[in-house]
Amino acid sequence: MSDTSNPATLRIMGGSVLLLLAFLAAWEWAPTAFGIPAYIIPPASKVWHEFARMFANDHLIYHTLITGMQVLVGFLLGMLLGMVVGFALGMSPTAEFLLSPYILALQIAPKVAFAPLFVIWFGYTVYPKILVAVLIVFFPVMINVLGAVRAIDPDVVRLAKSFSANRWQIFSKVEFPAALPPFFAGLRIAATLAVIGVVVGELVGGNSGLGYLLTYGEGAGNTAMVFVAIIMLTVVGIALYGGIVLIENRVLHWLPGRARVAS
Amino acid sequence: MKAIRLECRAVTKRFASRQRGADPIVAVRDLNFTIADGEVVSLIGPSGCGKSTLLNMGSGLDPASEGQVLVDGEVVTKPNEHVAFMLQKDLLLPWRTIRENVEFGLEIRGRPARERRATALELLRKCRLPDFADHYPHQLSGGMRQRAALARTLAVDPAVLLMDEPFSALDAQTKMVLQYDLSRTLADTGKTALFVTHDLVEAISLSDRVLVMSQRPGRIIEEIVVDIPDRDNCMERRKSPKIGPYVARLMELLHIDDQLH
Repeated sequence: MSDTSNPATLRIMGGSVLLLLAFLAAWEWAPTAFGIPAYIIPPASKVWHEFARMFANDHLIYHTLITGMQVLVGFLLGMLLGMVVGFALGMSPTAEFLLSPYILALQIAPKVAFAPLFVIWFGYTVYPKILVAVLIVFFPVMINVLGAVRAIDPDVVRLAKSFSANRWQIFSKVEFPAALPPFFAGLRIAATLAVIGVVVGELVGGNSGLGYLLTYGEGAGNTAMVFVAIIMLTVVGIALYGGIVLIENRVLHWLPGRARVAS
Repeated sequence: MKAIRLECRAVTKRFASRQRGADPIVAVRDLNFTIADGEVVSLIGPSGCGKSTLLNMGSGLDPASEGQVLVDGEVVTKPNEHVAFMLQKDLLLPWRTIRENVEFGLEIRGRPARERRATALELLRKCRLPDFADHYPHQLSGGMRQRAALARTLAVDPAVLLMDEPFSALDAQTKMVLQYDLSRTLADTGKTALFVTHDLVEAISLSDRVLVMSQRPGRIIEEIVVDIPDRDNCMERRKSPKIGPYVARLMELLHIDDQLH
């Protein structure tokens, strides 16, 4: 989108880089300057060394991939489930009326609180983590799809019907494409939540993943290790979020630019 | 005598009332009229007199409670290939280009892609939108969008066009241009049309006949044959001195003067 030949854009990019350098410098020297011990806020260089050590000795990439895999699988399953249920409820007011109290209750319940339950059920495997992610991703996707199906102008459906459209054609040519923008907005929210779900699952139990490294670092009093784990979790989240934005830009290329930025 | 395209035989439509136990609302009562091949007929009447209800019955989306609506001699029971409608809203799908929107009906009816494309491009040319085939609806003005909607309606080649205030959301000048385009297109293609409107001059300048409906329950209280030349050019008709008396007659029938006091 941004035109790099534009001098104004270049100036903003330059400012952005300067800000990053200033932040890293503050992280490196401010804790020492203010007398904050390294076990509270380890300076940037120490975190970097810890990163290199964990990369070499602690299977950092392996743990990151485990977490990333759980996030991705949980995200995809939650997304599919949310989409299917959202469309089903959107098309059947009766089903929505019957199920809405339960859905509301489950939506209000903090999903991460289910993590210990899932660990009891499935043990220290990948499944409890994936399940928490599925549960937490499900709601924003379902609510957005449901709302979108509800918001479709009935006259558009009548137009399709006047051309003798069957149920499948109404779904595939009207309802499905109309639900896509809110669906993607839901996915963006869900992407950040999926990481939370998996980490909580890992904190509760298990011996792999970045959440495990978090608790390990905490137990060992290794603050730098905790910092590294947090940064890697953020990287996983950014990768997922970035992937969604890329796909969204391809799928929703027809949206007016301003609406796309706002969503 | 030309063939009858659209016919209403003793058509009554009732809706269940929203309040429980209340009598059903009678939207239209005992409508009888015919529209011949190639005729353009306007339907005019006070708000809520059931004009749109009539169009819904004609397009087969809503069944009549009593009586029959016939298109080309067949009783309309469901949406069919003979009829296409056009509303005040353009109902263009924002994720489709203008060409794909025009193809919408043909696509639903399973026509091959090549044929759809050719039809759409041809109609966009006729509707004076040839350069906008690959644009998205949000890139077009209201008048252009409504032209695209007209192209979409014509694309399925219906015998009868049902139009429900198609130009009422447009500004006055755009509206005149689109009315002109419509009058040319209807004349060129020889289509039959039933045109619902609130705009008296629009009704007179576009139609062969004007049917005037009463307050709800809607009945047809008057049929006015428009005896002005140039039905294929509504701009000329607008300028005609003959149009004044027709407007006066419609105002009288609709009791517009009475509402001043």
